[in-house]
Amino acid sequence: MGEILSFWFFATLSVGCALLSLFHKNVVHSAFALMGTLVGVAGLFLLLGADFLAMTQILVYAGGILILILFGLMLTRPEPEERKLGRIWGGIGILGAGTLLFVERVGDKPWFVQAKDLASPEPTVREIGLELLRRDSWLFAFEFASIILLAALVAAAFIARRRFNREEIE
Amino acid sequence: MSLAAYLTVATCLFIIGLVMVAARRNLIYVLMGLELILNAANINFVAFNRFQPGTALDGQIASIFVIILAAAEAAVALAIVLNAHALFDTIRPDDYDTMKD
Repeated sequence: MGEILSFWFFATLSVGCALLSLFHKNVVHSAFALMGTLVGVAGLFLLLGADFLAMTQILVYAGGILILILFGLMLTRPEPEERKLGRIWGGIGILGAGTLLFVERVGDKPWFVQAKDLASPEPTVREIGLELLRRDSWLFAFEFASIILLAALVAAAFIARRRFNREEIE
Repeated sequence: MSLAAYLTVATCLFIIGLVMVAARRNLIYVLMGLELILNAANINFVAFNRFQPGTALDGQIASIFVIILAAAEAAVALAIVLNAHALFDTIRPDDYDTMKD
């Protein structure tokens, strides 16, 4: 019972905040609504038994990426808002209906565990740490991710610092 | 809750993110829509991982890598947006048309 209630709470929080950030006219309000979505997704991760991932989600998304987006808002000029929702609603509607139909069919396939047979979730931190550092498992991807992060750090600093001017481009 | 419930939430988030990327005329909104799309993918990873038989955690680890790449992408994309704003004095993607002529 409590699980169903929390699922509906977090699902409504994430989808509702996403809709709010889609339709709101003010960019800053949209960014803060996005924070609601990210926290709701973290709650869904908790319900799915992914405790480490939920905390990572809050730390990296709500703490890092959202701050980056807010800095981007501060450093650029807000524009008069203009939306062209009308011309793509039809395509999006058809796509969404088709996907939801597909989702309904995938959900009760016999190769997935049914909801009533699920084992209760266990702590995942130790397991994830061992998996990430085992040589025949995810070790290469783990080290490669750190190289990518370093490259992105250097590249972001370089691109943001260098000011190109228009003559140079034309 | 069943697997289909989580997949439905992920689908809704994905479509909202897609609309945000396609319909808003502001680069910051495009970035926010991208984050929503990546989050929807993460929910799918974790949900499939939870409802599979067995105790492997590969879905959650793949999801961790998605988060890492999203952080790197956000940093570089923000730097590009700042530079494009300094260059063109606007952040509407429609106005970046130097290559047209």
